[in-house]
Amino acid sequence: MPHIRSMSGNAVIAEAAIAAGCRFFAGYPITPSSEIAAVLAEELPKVGGVFLQMEDEIAAMGAIIGASLGGMKTMTATSGPGFSLKQENLGFACMAEVPCVVVNVMRGGPSTGLPTLPAQGDVMQARWGTHGDHPIIVLYPADLTEMYHQTVRAFNLAEQYRTPVILLSDELLGHMSERVEIPDAADLTIVNRRKPDVPPEQYLPYDVRRELVPPMANFFEGYRYHVTGLTHDETGFPTEDPDLAEAQLRRLMLKVSANADDILEWEEDGLADAEIAIFAYGAAARSVREAIAELRSLGVRAGLFRPITLWPFPDKALHLAVSRAGALFVVEMNMGQMIREVERSIRHIPIIGVHKVSGQPIDPDEIVFTVRDYLENGTLPRNAVYQMSV
Amino acid sequence: MKAIVRAMHEQGIAKDDAAVISGIGCSGRMSSYLDCNTLHTPHGRTLPFATGLKMARPNKSVIVVSGDGDSMAIGGNHFIHACRRNIDLTLIVANNFTYGLTGGQFSPTTPAQSWAPTAPFGTLEPQFDICEMAQAAGASFVARSTVANLKHMTEMIRLGLEHKGMSVVEVISNCHVNYGRKNMHPEAPEMVNWIRECCVDKEVIEVLPVEALEGKFVVGVLSQKQRPEYAAQWAEIVERAKNGRH
Ligand SMILES: Cc1ncc(C[n+]2csc(CCOP(=O)(O)OP(=O)(O)O)c2C)c(N)n1
Repeated sequence: MPHIRSMSGNAVIAEAAIAAGCRFFAGYPITPSSEIAAVLAEELPKVGGVFLQMEDEIAAMGAIIGASLGGMKTMTATSGPGFSLKQENLGFACMAEVPCVVVNVMRGGPSTGLPTLPAQGDVMQARWGTHGDHPIIVLYPADLTEMYHQTVRAFNLAEQYRTPVILLSDELLGHMSERVEIPDAADLTIVNRRKPDVPPEQYLPYDVRRELVPPMANFFEGYRYHVTGLTHDETGFPTEDPDLAEAQLRRLMLKVSANADDILEWEEDGLADAEIAIFAYGAAARSVREAIAELRSLGVRAGLFRPITLWPFPDKALHLAVSRAGALFVVEMNMGQMIREVERSIRHIPIIGVHKVSGQPIDPDEIVFTVRDYLENGTLPRNAVYQMSV
Repeated sequence: MKAIVRAMHEQGIAKDDAAVISGIGCSGRMSSYLDCNTLHTPHGRTLPFATGLKMARPNKSVIVVSGDGDSMAIGGNHFIHACRRNIDLTLIVANNFTYGLTGGQFSPTTPAQSWAPTAPFGTLEPQFDICEMAQAAGASFVARSTVANLKHMTEMIRLGLEHKGMSVVEVISNCHVNYGRKNMHPEAPEMVNWIRECCVDKEVIEVLPVEALEGKFVVGVLSQKQRPEYAAQWAEIVERAKNGRH
């Protein structure tokens, strides 16, 4: 039986991380993520874990990679400016295939921006923040029970695919409290990294031939091998051989894209008969849910498509979900980021953006107003970014 | 590298129980030539990775190999904080007074008035003393050696491995290609000789006049203190937390 508690989003992440098996956290304080660190500083030692406050976010990211190589499930949490600092070592984790979880509780940017107010301006940084082509998995829940499950899933996916997973949240979700259904530990699915089943002499940590995700040996367990951010061959040693370099990077990308069916999760609500589809995620989706109820009461058949996995992008699901809609609205607390991905994906109906960057949540009425305006006048240019009235 | 392997051997550290972590630079590749658990991190980031690994597996040996640019410039912040925490790592800094790998640009340890591609009129910045930095930041074992004396270097590294706490061993190294060539030491043997001539043992400095130390490297164990080690202190916190105490 799940038990019910009222908790903040940040506390949910911390608690779910421990339930998922996280035993190592390194961080650097930043609003609005700091409560995650505070809860873990209290709770991790009780379960024999490690909590480190490092000298900066670069160090925190490095520490969780080092600890993961030592065999622990690890996490760091940050926000905007700190997320930028994570990117260098995050790329290392992608390249060296080291499982870890990076939480970014988004606040207004750029730069120091609006430290205490919500935004969704890092959804592209989450995808493309580090340099070079790289695979990444990004999850972004919209309510706190889901936050619990997605936090656990972040660890599971990281372990299963030997890759960093980014868990996005925002100031709104992080600091609000709501009723959370906490599942029994026994009901949780917990995935652990697959260890080699061959003797050390035969172990190839980056084998490209057999499977997309080679088993991972932890340090100090008899499988001595080399881990580097340099392009490497199947043994882990650096190479500049063009064929090997290409084969490794292709495998790296494929391990996420070819497993999209397993990685993708999304919610569809009321799309079966919808003339108006609305694409939204995270905190903005909460406003959209209210707007849809209002629109329906006004006789407008509107429905929600909400990606929970932002990256990889749920192309196929979105296509099927909006196939009967006449227009697709994209509601985001940024100047228009995921809308470009939606435009790339959906080409048969008008796409209209509703974007807000004031640091205030999007008022459901603003969404209702925009949709009605479109329906009544019908003439918004395709892909117009609708400017919110100030 | 030979000195590290010998020192590990002398300390009885098994290959499976040791990790060698290097950064980016000429010394960076060293980890890939060693048969143990090896990790080659981004430039300057050795110590955070090492800190994470050590805290995850506190009873294993974690050895870090870094350059002067790697640990004093881009990794300078990590350096002072690793020293301050006094975590049980052994950091070996190969100080060749230059950014060797990228072509000899000046580094934080390049002497003032040196020539470098990025200082064609001579460097203006005074140099860092790695060992003084380490001591000031709190490292509990600090030693200096040089490539000119393998036996001495091995002994300094061995003592660093033996010491419980943050150990910093600076090894004065030659980069005749990118530094020596433009700064009066174009050949390897000649530069190594120059390094040898510049060495003064810690044991004898008391009897030497101050002027005699001008431009010299003091080698040997420069300081060793017993201070609480970080991972051991954390283990105590875990004990307290498990018993419900703050
Ligand atoms: C973030 C980043 N900046 C710059 C570089 C380029 N780079 C590679 S090695 C190096 C300098 C290395 O100098 P040092 O640590 O003194 O080692 P040496 O090569 O002299 O042994 C630099 C600047 C890099 N790899 N990564």
